[in-house]
Amino acid sequence: MSFLLPCPHCGPRPVDEYACFGEVTTRPAGESPSLRDLTEYVYFRDNVAGVQREWWQHRDGCGEWFLAERDTRTNEVLSISEPEPAPPV
Amino acid sequence: MRLGPQPRELIDRSQRVLFTFDGRAAGGYTGDTIGSALYASGQRVFSRSFKYHRPRGLLCCSGHCPNCLMTVDSVPNVRVCVEPIRAGAVVEPQNVWGSLDRDALAVTDKIGGPFTPVGFYYRTMIRPRFMWPLYEKVLRNLAGLGKVDERHHGHSRYDVEHRRARVLVVGGGQSGRAAALAAATRGPGVVLVDEGMRLRGAELEGVEVLAPARALGIWEGGLVPVDAGGVLYRFRAERIVVATGALEQPLVFPGNDLVGVMLPDGVRRLIRDFAIRPASRAVVLASDDDALEVADELREAGVAVPRVVDLRTAPLGRIEAKGRRGRVSAAVLDGRAVECDLVVASAGRQPSYSLLAQAGARVEYEPSRGIFVPAELPAGFEALGAVTGEGCATVHPLRSSGARNGDKSFVCVCEDVTTKDVDRAIAEGFDSIELSKRYTTVTMGPCQGKLCQLASIRLYARTTGVSEATVGTTTARPPWAPVELGLLAGPHHEPARRSSIHFRHEEAGATIQWAGPWKRPYAYGEHPEDEVRAVHESLGVIDVSTLGKILVEGPQAVELLERLYPNRFGDMKPGRIRYGVITSDGGRIMDDGTIARLADDLFYVTTTSTGADAVTAWFEWWNAVWGYDAEIVNVTGALAAVNLAGPRAREALSRLVDDPDDVAGDAFRYLDAKELDVAGVPCLALRIGFVGELGYELHFASPAGEHLWDRLVAEGAWPFGLEPQRVLRLEKAHIIVGQDTDSESNLLSAGMSWLPKLEKDDFVGKLAVEHVARREEVERLVGFTMEEDVVPAEGAQVVIEGRPGGRVTSARRSEAVGAVIGLAWLPPERCEDGTRFEIRVDRRTVGARVRHGAFYDASGARMRA
Repeated sequence: MSFLLPCPHCGPRPVDEYACFGEVTTRPAGESPSLRDLTEYVYFRDNVAGVQREWWQHRDGCGEWFLAERDTRTNEVLSISEPEPAPPV
Repeated sequence: MRLGPQPRELIDRSQRVLFTFDGRAAGGYTGDTIGSALYASGQRVFSRSFKYHRPRGLLCCSGHCPNCLMTVDSVPNVRVCVEPIRAGAVVEPQNVWGSLDRDALAVTDKIGGPFTPVGFYYRTMIRPRFMWPLYEKVLRNLAGLGKVDERHHGHSRYDVEHRRARVLVVGGGQSGRAAALAAATRGPGVVLVDEGMRLRGAELEGVEVLAPARALGIWEGGLVPVDAGGVLYRFRAERIVVATGALEQPLVFPGNDLVGVMLPDGVRRLIRDFAIRPASRAVVLASDDDALEVADELREAGVAVPRVVDLRTAPLGRIEAKGRRGRVSAAVLDGRAVECDLVVASAGRQPSYSLLAQAGARVEYEPSRGIFVPAELPAGFEALGAVTGEGCATVHPLRSSGARNGDKSFVCVCEDVTTKDVDRAIAEGFDSIELSKRYTTVTMGPCQGKLCQLASIRLYARTTGVSEATVGTTTARPPWAPVELGLLAGPHHEPARRSSIHFRHEEAGATIQWAGPWKRPYAYGEHPEDEVRAVHESLGVIDVSTLGKILVEGPQAVELLERLYPNRFGDMKPGRIRYGVITSDGGRIMDDGTIARLADDLFYVTTTSTGADAVTAWFEWWNAVWGYDAEIVNVTGALAAVNLAGPRAREALSRLVDDPDDVAGDAFRYLDAKELDVAGVPCLALRIGFVGELGYELHFASPAGEHLWDRLVAEGAWPFGLEPQRVLRLEKAHIIVGQDTDSESNLLSAGMSWLPKLEKDDFVGKLAVEHVARREEVERLVGFTMEEDVVPAEGAQVVIEGRPGGRVTSARRSEAVGAVIGLAWLPPERCEDGTRFEIRVDRRTVGARVRHGAFYDASGARMRA
């Protein structure tokens, strides 16, 4: 991988400055999910060949966490966004 | 052998440069390459070929072919034809037994037979299997290139630099220079990269010239790494102009690899750049005007040229080179022999399109000109000059019908692949160019297809009766130019973190070891047990600056921490400390440490020594998800920390603070956090007991590290290292995350069921703990004492009724307990206090008994004292 990824603060930077935290997952909400749902959330990933929403951190830069839509086949980054915080419990 | 001064020669005849070649003195002039200096002094054989050990001489003289690979100053596979001469260099031939002129292994060329045809090793060396290592060893010695000198450390350093350019021009020929100059008139940020010597030190207005330097390839995202000799520039450019020109293609005919068969450009370089008369009698087989001009240049240089053939207008039916001792002695053209010691032969020029293909351009065959040209360039790329096909064409390859009796015809000189080998591969059913490439290894040698790809495709097309367009090209992959592995590996250094007190430890003679990214004292003397005893009986001090230290501050700091940790923090009063464990949503124990509440909205969190960065990132990530109003700051490097522990800790500390009452028993209780000036240094003091004795962890500004350390030692504190600390914590049955726990461990199995507060609405890992609580328990972490005085290895097998039943994670001999103690994972039904089990130690089993609670001071009275 040697593509450029735009950081919301720092602009386009080499991908090796970033840490990828993988695809965006949905945490099971509410009371005790089934073991199946929990396992799916913890261990299963869609691993799509196509556009995927992912968490990235500009680890060796400003440290910002953000979301990127990336085509896993071409490494084209279609968009980046700051996370919209879920309402705190 | 040198000619009179040539108008564009690169050599400075007033400066003689001496080096050694194959153990003998050799010399040349400043401006020479090692190859040109050797050629000028009469050397003709430069290498022995990969498989047959045939003598090989200069062919391209441009750094493309494998014929001049030598070992220079212990660096193998240096192309000496482009390697600048330098005084004192030690140059050695490679892949040779004996000498270049008399290589004992050349016998492989003569016996040939079953050992040399394509793919022979796939067929003949399959059985018996146990012979594989021997086959490999023998083959590696017989075939191959240079050897790495393991004692040699190469360049003292390699650097990597990230660079940006507005316009990056690759190739400094006419088109490349013109493009660079034109771009420079429109603004700064123009860089020109050229692999040749001619542009070294050249000045082009407004253009940064890197020469000699090689663009290694075009990687994803338009990354162009440039090898500028000892430094790798990783270029990103808004526009990349590829002007890499064209490559002269060798003709394929029997004896086409003999020493003295050269490409026209190589011959021209010898004359023009280095003022060398290349031979005395030359035959020129030209496929373009450039090659015809070389005939004239040869004549001007005093070389007799008895025969010049323009293959475009006067095609020959049969060409063969005859040799004596591997050197050309005659060219036989349609049966007529012409005596000569140089055959200048070229099939024409093929665009050097590889970089463009790597960038994503399509490559098309043009039948009328017999060349592959790049088409459909990706955005941001431009191709100029010969690389587009301008002025390029090749003649149809020649194949001798009488090859049976003649010498070998080489398609690929790098890997010693002959036309016969390619025919054989096709006959054996390797019916695509990609498969045939892998089987014959044509294009897979040092030239990476520069001189053999076109020839192999055309040969393939002719033999199978399809068009070149149908055969297609093989995939172009970087690197395009050879590169030293050291340059790719980058600067040779291993970053180590050291605390601000580190040099005190070295002065004290501590044994230093790696601990994650840190260098830490293992122990200060030969006997770590002495340091343990000092802590138990009197006073010890350990440098714990390596602990991760994180400040969490804000109106919602409590909410954030309560959701990150299974623990409760809302009920803590400022000035109190709690032990906390971080788990993942899968329930895995990730890290542990202490959390001190310094104010309502300010917490000071410590992590394990290796966990600081990961925990900080973990906190920040979850807070990006949740959006609490809290700031997270990693202050690990800014603060030093020491743990002062032992029965005398309070007494010693009271002498270093302004008011001894501040540290009195009820003014500073167990698990209190307090700001204190110690020896004049403002500290955050945490009263905690990791090592099981009365102890204070002092956190303070790093620069004061040595000062405070010295004062504590002067108060009688014994420095203790990591090993004694491990013994001390084990005596308390305190776990080390990552050593006693692994990815399968959870809070309940690790014996911390008291820790998670399941009545909280949510925390990371809550769902997993709930599931684990409902599930049948699989194993549990418990303490044990050994029945004999032997220390099992960490990871030793637990044996229950003769079968594996668990594993040991920590074990040490404890003087204070009077036994060998440890922690182990056991089946839940075997975890009753006092249950006997066995542990494999060396080749026998030794009895052990489960022991609940701390081994030492089980009530905790000493650390609460």
